[in-house]
Amino acid sequence: MTDRPLKVLIAKPGLDGHDRGAKVLARGLRDEGFEVVYTGLRQTPDMIVTAALQEDVDVVGMSILSGAHMTLVPRVLDLLRARGMGDVLVTVGGIIPDDDVEQLRVAGVAGVFGPGTTIREVADFIRANATPREA
Amino acid sequence: MTDLAGSPAERAAALADASRAGDRRALARLLTAVENHTAVAEQALRRLYPLAGGAHLVGITGPPGAGKSTLVAALIAHLRAAGRTVAVVAVDPSSPITGGALLGDRVRMQGYAQDDGVFIRSMASRGHAGGLAATSTSAAAVLDAAGFDIVLLETVGTGQSEVEVAAAADTTVVLEAPEMGDEVQAIKAGLLEVADIIVVNKGDRPGAQRTAAQLRAMLAPAGEVHGDRPPAKRPDVLITTAVSGDGVPELVAALDRHRAAGATEATPAARRARAAAQVRAVLVERLWHRLASPALTGETDAALEGVARHDIDPYTAADALLAALGREETP
Ligand SMILES: Nc1nc2c(ncn2[C@@H]2O[C@H](COP(=O)(O)OP(=O)(O)O)[C@@H](O)[C@H]2O)c(=O)[nH]1
Ligand SMILES: [Mg+2]
Repeated sequence: MTDRPLKVLIAKPGLDGHDRGAKVLARGLRDEGFEVVYTGLRQTPDMIVTAALQEDVDVVGMSILSGAHMTLVPRVLDLLRARGMGDVLVTVGGIIPDDDVEQLRVAGVAGVFGPGTTIREVADFIRANATPREA
Repeated sequence: MTDLAGSPAERAAALADASRAGDRRALARLLTAVENHTAVAEQALRRLYPLAGGAHLVGITGPPGAGKSTLVAALIAHLRAAGRTVAVVAVDPSSPITGGALLGDRVRMQGYAQDDGVFIRSMASRGHAGGLAATSTSAAAVLDAAGFDIVLLETVGTGQSEVEVAAAADTTVVLEAPEMGDEVQAIKAGLLEVADIIVVNKGDRPGAQRTAAQLRAMLAPAGEVHGDRPPAKRPDVLITTAVSGDGVPELVAALDRHRAAGATEATPAARRARAAAQVRAVLVERLWHRLASPALTGETDAALEGVARHDIDPYTAADALLAALGREETP
Protein backbone atom coordinates (compact mmCIF):
# COMPACT_ATOMS: atom_id res chain seq x y z
CA MET A 1 0.00 0.00 0.00
CA THR A 2 1.61 3.26 -1.08
CA ASP A 3 -0.96 5.79 0.09
CA ARG A 4 -0.36 5.26 3.77
CA PRO A 5 0.67 8.40 5.64
CA LEU A 6 4.32 8.97 6.46
CA LYS A 7 5.08 8.48 10.15
CA VAL A 8 7.08 11.21 11.85
CA LEU A 9 8.58 11.31 15.34
CA ILE A 10 8.77 14.78 16.86
CA ALA A 11 11.16 14.86 19.79
CA LYS A 12 12.34 17.56 22.12
CA PRO A 13 15.82 16.58 23.30
CA GLY A 14 17.84 18.47 25.87
CA LEU A 15 17.07 20.13 29.11
CA ASP A 16 15.17 23.25 28.16
CA GLY A 17 11.60 23.07 29.33
CA HIS A 18 9.70 24.65 26.46
CA ASP A 19 7.86 22.38 24.11
CA ARG A 20 5.30 24.79 22.73
CA GLY A 21 7.08 25.00 19.39
CA ALA A 22 7.43 21.22 19.14
CA LYS A 23 3.76 20.76 19.95
CA VAL A 24 2.69 23.32 17.37
CA LEU A 25 4.84 21.51 14.80
CA ALA A 26 3.39 18.12 15.78
CA ARG A 27 -0.17 19.37 15.41
CA GLY A 28 0.67 21.19 12.19
CA LEU A 29 2.17 18.06 10.64
CA ARG A 30 -0.89 16.08 11.69
CA ASP A 31 -2.98 18.62 9.82
CA GLU A 32 -0.69 18.14 6.83
CA GLY A 33 -1.67 14.46 6.81
CA PHE A 34 1.23 12.84 8.66
CA GLU A 35 1.00 10.32 11.47
CA VAL A 36 2.94 12.16 14.16
CA VAL A 37 4.33 10.52 17.27
CA TYR A 38 5.03 13.12 19.90
CA THR A 39 7.34 12.06 22.71
CA GLY A 40 7.47 15.07 25.01
CA LEU A 41 10.20 17.00 26.78
CA ARG A 42 13.74 16.18 27.89
CA GLN A 43 14.37 13.26 25.59
CA THR A 44 17.78 11.65 25.66
CA PRO A 45 19.22 10.36 22.37
CA ASP A 46 18.59 6.82 23.60
CA MET A 47 14.93 7.60 24.31
CA ILE A 48 14.51 9.19 20.88
CA VAL A 49 16.07 6.30 19.02
CA THR A 50 14.19 3.64 21.00
CA ALA A 51 10.92 5.44 20.25
CA ALA A 52 11.85 5.79 16.57
CA LEU A 53 12.67 2.09 16.40
CA GLN A 54 9.55 0.84 18.18
CA GLU A 55 7.33 3.17 16.17
CA ASP A 56 9.11 2.34 12.90
CA VAL A 57 8.98 5.97 11.80
CA ASP A 58 10.06 7.31 8.43
CA VAL A 59 11.26 10.63 9.85
CA VAL A 60 12.81 11.86 13.10
CA GLY A 61 12.40 15.59 13.70
CA MET A 62 14.16 17.20 16.63
CA SER A 63 13.44 20.63 18.00
CA ILE A 64 16.41 22.03 19.90
CA LEU A 65 16.60 25.44 21.50
CA SER A 66 19.12 24.70 24.23
CA GLY A 67 22.17 25.08 22.02
CA ALA A 68 23.20 21.49 22.69
CA HIS A 69 22.56 20.36 19.11
CA MET A 70 26.21 19.56 18.40
CA THR A 71 26.31 16.96 21.13
CA LEU A 72 22.74 15.63 20.89
CA VAL A 73 22.20 15.32 17.15
CA PRO A 74 25.35 13.35 16.19
CA ARG A 75 24.61 10.97 19.05
CA VAL A 76 21.09 10.37 17.70
CA LEU A 77 22.50 9.79 14.22
CA ASP A 78 25.07 7.31 15.56
CA LEU A 79 22.47 5.41 17.55
CA LEU A 80 20.08 5.29 14.60
CA ARG A 81 22.79 3.76 12.42
CA ALA A 82 23.89 1.37 15.14
CA ARG A 83 20.33 0.11 15.50
CA GLY A 84 19.70 -0.42 11.81
CA MET A 85 17.80 2.81 11.18
CA GLY A 86 20.36 4.73 9.15
CA ASP A 87 17.80 5.20 6.38
CA VAL A 88 15.48 7.35 8.50
CA LEU A 89 15.20 10.98 7.40
CA VAL A 90 16.49 13.24 10.18
CA THR A 91 15.60 16.91 10.49
CA VAL A 92 16.52 19.50 13.10
CA GLY A 93 14.75 22.72 13.97
CA GLY A 94 16.12 25.52 16.13
CA ILE A 95 18.49 28.44 16.19
CA ILE A 96 21.60 26.89 14.68
CA PRO A 97 24.71 28.81 13.50
CA ASP A 98 25.71 28.36 9.86
CA ASP A 99 28.95 26.52 10.66
CA ASP A 100 27.02 24.02 12.74
CA VAL A 101 24.42 23.59 10.01
CA GLU A 102 27.15 22.52 7.64
CA GLN A 103 28.59 20.06 10.15
CA LEU A 104 25.17 18.61 10.89
CA ARG A 105 24.54 18.07 7.19
CA VAL A 106 27.85 16.30 6.82
CA ALA A 107 26.97 14.15 9.82
CA GLY A 108 23.75 13.08 8.09
CA VAL A 109 21.00 15.56 8.94
CA ALA A 110 18.83 15.97 5.85
CA GLY A 111 17.09 19.21 6.76
CA VAL A 112 17.88 22.04 9.14
CA PHE A 113 15.07 24.50 9.78
CA GLY A 114 15.67 27.87 11.34
CA PRO A 115 13.21 30.21 13.03
CA GLY A 116 10.50 31.41 10.69
CA THR A 117 10.26 28.13 8.77
CA THR A 118 6.60 27.41 8.14
CA ILE A 119 4.99 24.07 8.87
CA ARG A 120 4.08 23.82 5.20
CA GLU A 121 7.77 24.10 4.31
CA VAL A 122 8.68 21.32 6.74
CA ALA A 123 5.83 19.18 5.39
CA ASP A 124 6.88 19.73 1.77
CA PHE A 125 10.47 18.89 2.64
CA ILE A 126 9.44 15.64 4.28
CA ARG A 127 7.16 14.66 1.41
CA ALA A 128 9.95 15.32 -1.08
CA ASN A 129 12.66 13.47 0.81
CA ALA A 130 11.26 10.65 2.94
CA THR A 131 10.71 7.19 1.59
CA PRO A 132 7.87 5.28 3.22
CA ARG A 133 9.14 1.98 4.45
CA GLU A 134 7.71 -1.26 3.23
CA ALA A 135 8.00 -4.55 5.03
CA MET B 1 18.84 -6.17 11.23
CA THR B 2 17.03 -8.66 9.11
CA ASP B 3 17.59 -8.60 5.40
CA LEU B 4 14.60 -7.21 3.54
CA ALA B 5 15.40 -8.94 0.28
CA GLY B 6 13.52 -11.90 -1.11
CA SER B 7 9.92 -12.84 -1.77
CA PRO B 8 7.17 -11.73 0.62
CA ALA B 9 7.13 -15.23 2.09
CA GLU B 10 10.88 -15.16 2.69
CA ARG B 11 10.79 -11.67 4.18
CA ALA B 12 7.83 -12.67 6.34
CA ALA B 13 9.65 -15.71 7.64
CA ALA B 14 12.77 -13.69 8.37
CA LEU B 15 10.85 -10.94 10.17
CA ALA B 16 8.69 -13.38 12.12
CA ASP B 17 11.64 -15.47 13.27
CA ALA B 18 13.71 -12.42 14.16
CA SER B 19 10.78 -10.95 16.12
CA ARG B 20 10.50 -14.17 18.09
CA ALA B 21 14.22 -14.10 18.74
CA GLY B 22 13.98 -10.65 20.34
CA ASP B 23 14.93 -8.40 17.41
CA ARG B 24 12.89 -5.27 18.20
CA ARG B 25 13.59 -3.65 14.86
CA ALA B 26 12.15 -6.66 13.05
CA LEU B 27 9.16 -6.63 15.40
CA ALA B 28 8.53 -2.94 14.68
CA ARG B 29 8.73 -3.55 10.94
CA LEU B 30 6.34 -6.45 11.17
CA LEU B 31 3.85 -4.24 13.01
CA THR B 32 4.09 -1.72 10.17
CA ALA B 33 3.31 -4.50 7.71
CA VAL B 34 0.32 -5.49 9.83
CA GLU B 35 -0.94 -1.90 9.85
CA ASN B 36 -0.56 -1.75 6.07
CA HIS B 37 -2.21 -5.14 5.46
CA THR B 38 0.66 -6.28 3.25
CA ALA B 39 1.36 -9.73 1.87
CA VAL B 40 4.32 -9.95 4.25
CA ALA B 41 2.00 -9.38 7.19
CA GLU B 42 -0.31 -12.15 6.07
CA GLN B 43 2.52 -14.62 5.62
CA ALA B 44 4.06 -13.67 8.95
CA LEU B 45 0.74 -14.03 10.75
CA ARG B 46 0.28 -17.48 9.28
CA ARG B 47 3.55 -18.38 10.90
CA LEU B 48 3.07 -16.54 14.20
CA TYR B 49 -0.59 -17.08 15.00
CA PRO B 50 -0.14 -20.69 16.15
CA LEU B 51 2.68 -19.49 18.42
CA ALA B 52 0.53 -16.80 20.04
CA GLY B 53 -2.15 -17.21 22.69
CA GLY B 54 0.05 -17.11 25.75
CA ALA B 55 -0.22 -13.38 26.45
CA HIS B 56 -2.95 -11.71 28.46
CA LEU B 57 -4.58 -9.18 26.15
CA VAL B 58 -6.00 -6.27 28.13
CA GLY B 59 -8.08 -3.49 26.53
CA ILE B 60 -8.12 -0.12 28.23
CA THR B 61 -10.67 2.39 27.05
CA GLY B 62 -12.49 5.45 28.33
CA PRO B 63 -13.05 9.11 27.59
CA PRO B 64 -10.15 11.36 26.53
CA GLY B 65 -8.25 12.71 29.53
CA ALA B 66 -9.47 10.06 31.97
CA GLY B 67 -5.86 9.01 32.51
CA LYS B 68 -5.58 5.89 30.33
CA SER B 69 -2.00 6.49 29.23
CA THR B 70 -0.92 7.47 32.73
CA LEU B 71 -2.54 4.32 34.08
CA VAL B 72 -0.81 2.22 31.39
CA ALA B 73 2.50 3.72 32.58
CA ALA B 74 1.64 2.84 36.19
CA LEU B 75 0.72 -0.70 35.10
CA ILE B 76 4.03 -1.04 33.24
CA ALA B 77 5.94 0.00 36.37
CA HIS B 78 4.07 -2.46 38.55
CA LEU B 79 4.25 -5.36 36.09
CA ARG B 80 7.96 -4.83 35.40
CA ALA B 81 8.69 -4.80 39.13
CA ALA B 82 7.04 -8.21 39.23
CA GLY B 83 9.25 -9.39 36.36
CA ARG B 84 6.51 -9.51 33.75
CA THR B 85 7.10 -8.17 30.23
CA VAL B 86 4.67 -5.67 28.71
CA ALA B 87 3.79 -4.52 25.20
CA VAL B 88 1.52 -1.55 24.60
CA VAL B 89 -0.50 -0.68 21.51
CA ALA B 90 -1.91 2.84 21.87
CA VAL B 91 -4.47 3.78 19.24
CA ASP B 92 -5.42 7.38 18.52
CA PRO B 93 -7.90 8.59 15.92
CA SER B 94 -6.90 9.60 12.40
CA SER B 95 -8.41 12.75 10.93
CA PRO B 96 -11.02 11.62 8.40
CA ILE B 97 -10.17 14.65 6.29
CA THR B 98 -6.37 14.74 6.12
CA GLY B 99 -5.58 11.17 7.22
CA GLY B 100 -3.12 12.60 9.73
CA ALA B 101 -3.00 11.68 13.40
CA LEU B 102 -1.34 12.96 16.55
CA LEU B 103 -0.08 10.03 18.59
CA GLY B 104 0.83 11.43 22.00
CA ASP B 105 0.38 8.56 24.41
CA ARG B 106 4.10 7.81 24.73
CA VAL B 107 4.60 11.12 26.50
CA ARG B 108 3.18 9.49 29.64
CA MET B 109 5.14 6.25 29.26
CA GLN B 110 8.74 7.35 29.66
CA GLY B 111 11.63 5.64 31.31
CA TYR B 112 11.78 2.29 29.54
CA ALA B 113 14.16 3.11 26.69
CA GLN B 114 16.76 0.74 28.16
CA ASP B 115 14.28 -1.96 29.11
CA ASP B 116 13.78 -4.70 26.54
CA GLY B 117 10.87 -5.98 28.61
CA VAL B 118 8.74 -3.04 27.47
CA PHE B 119 7.65 -2.30 23.91
CA ILE B 120 5.38 0.64 23.09
CA ARG B 121 3.75 1.20 19.74
CA SER B 122 1.39 3.97 18.70
CA MET B 123 -1.16 3.34 15.96
CA ALA B 124 -3.45 5.66 14.08
CA SER B 125 -6.98 4.33 13.66
CA ARG B 126 -6.92 5.13 9.91
CA GLY B 127 -10.68 5.02 9.73
CA HIS B 128 -10.82 1.30 8.95
CA ALA B 129 -14.53 0.62 9.10
CA GLY B 130 -14.62 -2.40 11.38
CA GLY B 131 -11.06 -3.25 10.42
CA LEU B 132 -9.39 -1.50 13.32
CA ALA B 133 -10.22 -4.31 15.70
CA ALA B 134 -8.77 -6.82 13.23
CA THR B 135 -5.61 -4.77 12.73
CA SER B 136 -4.98 -4.23 16.41
CA THR B 137 -5.71 -7.82 17.36
CA SER B 138 -3.29 -8.93 14.65
CA ALA B 139 -0.73 -6.52 16.11
CA ALA B 140 -1.44 -8.00 19.53
CA ALA B 141 -0.96 -11.52 18.14
CA VAL B 142 2.45 -10.54 16.79
CA LEU B 143 3.48 -9.07 20.16
CA ASP B 144 2.07 -12.14 21.89
CA ALA B 145 4.12 -14.45 19.66
CA ALA B 146 7.16 -12.25 20.32
CA GLY B 147 6.85 -13.37 23.93
CA PHE B 148 5.34 -10.49 25.87
CA ASP B 149 3.42 -11.62 28.95
CA ILE B 150 0.85 -8.84 28.78
CA VAL B 151 -0.35 -6.76 25.85
CA LEU B 152 -2.14 -3.53 26.79
CA LEU B 153 -4.37 -1.99 24.11
CA GLU B 154 -5.25 1.65 24.79
CA THR B 155 -8.07 3.22 22.79
CA VAL B 156 -10.19 6.33 23.17
CA GLY B 157 -13.66 5.17 24.15
CA THR B 158 -15.62 7.53 21.98
CA GLY B 159 -15.69 5.86 18.57
CA GLN B 160 -17.48 2.58 17.93
CA SER B 161 -14.47 0.89 16.33
CA GLU B 162 -12.19 2.02 19.16
CA VAL B 163 -14.57 0.49 21.69
CA GLU B 164 -14.60 -2.71 19.63
CA VAL B 165 -10.82 -2.89 19.93
CA ALA B 166 -10.95 -2.86 23.70
CA ALA B 167 -13.92 -5.22 23.74
CA ALA B 168 -11.95 -7.76 21.68
CA ALA B 169 -9.40 -8.16 24.50
CA ASP B 170 -9.36 -10.99 27.05
CA THR B 171 -10.09 -8.42 29.72
CA THR B 172 -11.62 -5.02 29.06
CA VAL B 173 -11.00 -2.16 31.47
CA VAL B 174 -13.20 0.91 31.19
CA LEU B 175 -11.69 4.00 32.74
CA GLU B 176 -13.68 6.82 34.21
CA ALA B 177 -12.64 10.02 35.96
CA PRO B 178 -14.59 11.63 38.80
CA GLU B 179 -17.26 13.89 37.41
CA MET B 180 -18.08 17.43 38.27
CA GLY B 181 -21.65 16.92 37.17
CA ASP B 182 -23.97 14.11 38.10
CA GLU B 183 -23.71 11.95 35.08
CA VAL B 184 -20.94 9.44 34.57
CA GLN B 185 -19.34 9.86 31.14
CA ALA B 186 -19.01 6.17 30.45
CA ILE B 187 -22.77 5.79 30.48
CA LYS B 188 -23.17 8.29 27.70
CA ALA B 189 -20.61 6.51 25.59
CA GLY B 190 -22.28 3.14 26.23
CA LEU B 191 -18.98 1.82 27.48
CA LEU B 192 -20.13 0.01 30.56
CA GLU B 193 -21.58 -2.88 28.56
CA VAL B 194 -18.14 -3.95 27.40
CA ALA B 195 -16.41 -3.57 30.79
CA ASP B 196 -14.98 -6.50 32.70
CA ILE B 197 -13.41 -4.10 35.18
CA ILE B 198 -14.36 -0.48 35.77
CA VAL B 199 -11.72 1.86 37.11
CA VAL B 200 -12.43 5.29 38.54
CA ASN B 201 -9.09 7.02 38.07
CA LYS B 202 -7.89 10.27 39.65
CA GLY B 203 -8.66 8.88 43.07
CA ASP B 204 -6.89 11.91 44.50
CA ARG B 205 -9.67 14.14 43.22
CA PRO B 206 -12.80 14.88 45.21
CA GLY B 207 -15.75 12.88 43.96
CA ALA B 208 -13.87 9.67 43.14
CA GLN B 209 -15.56 7.74 45.92
CA ARG B 210 -18.93 9.14 44.98
CA THR B 211 -18.48 8.24 41.29
CA ALA B 212 -17.45 4.71 42.26
CA ALA B 213 -20.48 4.39 44.53
CA GLN B 214 -22.76 5.64 41.74
CA LEU B 215 -21.33 3.10 39.35
CA ARG B 216 -21.68 0.25 41.83
CA ALA B 217 -25.28 1.20 42.48
CA MET B 218 -26.00 1.27 38.76
CA LEU B 219 -24.45 -2.12 38.22
CA ALA B 220 -26.27 -3.83 41.08
CA PRO B 221 -28.89 -6.23 39.75
CA ALA B 222 -32.38 -4.71 39.93
CA GLY B 223 -34.05 -7.78 41.42
CA GLU B 224 -34.12 -11.28 40.02
CA VAL B 225 -32.62 -12.29 36.71
CA HIS B 226 -35.63 -13.18 34.60
CA GLY B 227 -36.38 -14.89 31.32
CA ASP B 228 -33.73 -16.55 29.22
CA ARG B 229 -31.30 -13.64 29.21
CA PRO B 230 -27.96 -14.54 30.75
CA PRO B 231 -27.16 -12.67 33.94
CA ALA B 232 -25.31 -9.50 33.01
CA LYS B 233 -21.63 -9.48 33.92
CA ARG B 234 -20.99 -7.63 37.12
CA PRO B 235 -17.70 -5.79 36.67
CA ASP B 236 -15.59 -4.89 39.68
CA VAL B 237 -15.37 -1.16 40.35
CA LEU B 238 -11.91 -0.06 41.50
CA ILE B 239 -10.36 3.31 42.29
CA THR B 240 -6.84 4.20 41.13
CA THR B 241 -4.59 7.23 41.25
CA ALA B 242 -2.45 6.66 38.19
CA VAL B 243 -0.09 9.53 38.97
CA SER B 244 0.92 8.00 42.32
CA GLY B 245 0.30 4.32 41.60
CA ASP B 246 -2.31 4.00 44.34
CA GLY B 247 -4.74 1.21 43.56
CA VAL B 248 -2.59 -0.21 40.76
CA PRO B 249 -1.61 -3.43 42.63
CA GLU B 250 -5.32 -4.04 43.23
CA LEU B 251 -6.02 -3.48 39.54
CA VAL B 252 -3.31 -5.95 38.52
CA ALA B 253 -4.79 -8.48 40.95
CA ALA B 254 -8.24 -7.94 39.41
CA LEU B 255 -6.80 -8.41 35.90
CA ASP B 256 -5.15 -11.67 36.97
CA ARG B 257 -8.38 -12.87 38.63
CA HIS B 258 -10.39 -12.11 35.52
CA ARG B 259 -7.94 -13.98 33.36
CA ALA B 260 -7.89 -16.98 35.70
CA ALA B 261 -11.71 -17.07 35.66
CA GLY B 262 -11.68 -17.08 31.86
CA ALA B 263 -9.14 -19.88 31.81
CA THR B 264 -11.63 -22.28 33.37
CA GLU B 265 -13.89 -22.01 30.33
CA ALA B 266 -13.03 -24.30 27.41
CA THR B 267 -12.83 -21.29 25.09
CA PRO B 268 -13.43 -17.97 26.82
CA ALA B 269 -16.24 -15.97 25.24
CA ALA B 270 -13.94 -13.01 24.60
CA ARG B 271 -11.60 -15.18 22.56
CA ARG B 272 -14.49 -16.57 20.51
CA ALA B 273 -15.75 -13.06 19.81
CA ARG B 274 -12.24 -11.97 18.84
CA ALA B 275 -11.84 -14.94 16.51
CA ALA B 276 -15.17 -14.12 14.87
CA ALA B 277 -14.13 -10.48 14.31
CA GLN B 278 -10.78 -11.50 12.86
CA VAL B 279 -12.13 -14.13 10.51
CA ARG B 280 -14.99 -11.87 9.41
CA ALA B 281 -12.55 -9.06 8.56
CA VAL B 282 -10.40 -11.42 6.48
CA LEU B 283 -13.45 -12.91 4.77
CA VAL B 284 -14.76 -9.49 3.76
CA GLU B 285 -11.32 -8.50 2.48
CA ARG B 286 -10.98 -11.73 0.50
CA LEU B 287 -14.46 -11.49 -1.00
CA TRP B 288 -13.90 -7.91 -2.13
CA HIS B 289 -10.60 -8.95 -3.61
CA ARG B 290 -12.19 -11.75 -5.63
CA LEU B 291 -15.05 -9.52 -6.77
CA ALA B 292 -12.45 -7.10 -8.14
CA SER B 293 -10.66 -9.87 -10.07
CA PRO B 294 -10.67 -9.69 -13.90
CA ALA B 295 -13.26 -12.45 -14.12
CA LEU B 296 -15.79 -10.72 -11.90
CA THR B 297 -15.03 -7.03 -12.00
CA GLY B 298 -17.54 -6.42 -14.80
CA GLU B 299 -20.36 -8.03 -12.89
CA THR B 300 -19.31 -6.27 -9.67
CA ASP B 301 -19.25 -2.88 -11.36
CA ALA B 302 -22.64 -3.48 -12.93
CA ALA B 303 -24.12 -4.44 -9.56
CA LEU B 304 -22.66 -1.39 -7.82
CA GLU B 305 -23.85 0.87 -10.66
CA GLY B 306 -27.31 -0.61 -10.37
CA VAL B 307 -27.45 0.08 -6.64
CA ALA B 308 -26.08 3.60 -7.16
CA ARG B 309 -28.89 4.31 -9.67
CA HIS B 310 -31.48 2.69 -7.40
CA ASP B 311 -32.27 0.21 -10.18
CA ILE B 312 -31.64 -2.67 -7.80
CA ASP B 313 -31.40 -2.81 -4.02
CA PRO B 314 -28.21 -3.73 -2.11
CA TYR B 315 -29.63 -7.11 -1.07
CA THR B 316 -30.34 -8.18 -4.63
CA ALA B 317 -26.89 -6.98 -5.64
CA ALA B 318 -25.17 -8.90 -2.83
CA ASP B 319 -27.10 -12.09 -3.68
CA ALA B 320 -26.17 -11.74 -7.35
CA LEU B 321 -22.49 -11.29 -6.50
CA LEU B 322 -22.52 -14.26 -4.13
CA ALA B 323 -24.06 -16.34 -6.92
CA ALA B 324 -21.35 -15.11 -9.29
CA LEU B 325 -18.68 -16.13 -6.80
CA GLY B 326 -20.28 -19.56 -6.52
CA ARG B 327 -20.37 -20.02 -10.31
CA GLU B 328 -16.71 -19.09 -10.49
CA GLU B 329 -15.85 -21.77 -7.95
CA THR B 330 -17.71 -24.63 -9.69
CA PRO B 331 -17.04 -24.30 -13.41
N1 LIG C 1 -4.90 14.26 39.55
C1 LIG C 1 -4.69 13.24 38.73
N2 LIG C 1 -4.42 13.47 37.44
C2 LIG C 1 -4.22 12.39 36.63
C3 LIG C 1 -4.28 11.07 37.11
N3 LIG C 1 -4.05 10.23 36.06
C4 LIG C 1 -3.86 11.03 34.98
N4 LIG C 1 -3.95 12.32 35.33
C5 LIG C 1 -3.77 13.48 34.43
O1 LIG C 1 -4.82 13.51 33.49
C6 LIG C 1 -4.36 14.05 32.24
C7 LIG C 1 -4.69 13.11 31.12
O2 LIG C 1 -3.96 11.91 31.30
P1 LIG C 1 -3.74 10.85 30.12
O3 LIG C 1 -3.09 9.67 30.74
O4 LIG C 1 -3.07 11.48 28.97
O5 LIG C 1 -5.26 10.54 29.71
P2 LIG C 1 -5.84 9.70 28.48
O6 LIG C 1 -6.26 10.68 27.45
O7 LIG C 1 -7.02 8.97 29.03
O8 LIG C 1 -4.76 8.77 28.00
C8 LIG C 1 -2.86 14.26 32.44
O9 LIG C 1 -2.64 15.62 32.73
C9 LIG C 1 -2.52 13.40 33.60
O10 LIG C 1 -1.40 13.84 34.34
C10 LIG C 1 -4.55 10.87 38.50
O11 LIG C 1 -4.63 9.75 39.00
N5 LIG C 1 -4.75 11.97 39.26
MG1 LIG D 1 -3.87 8.45 26.06
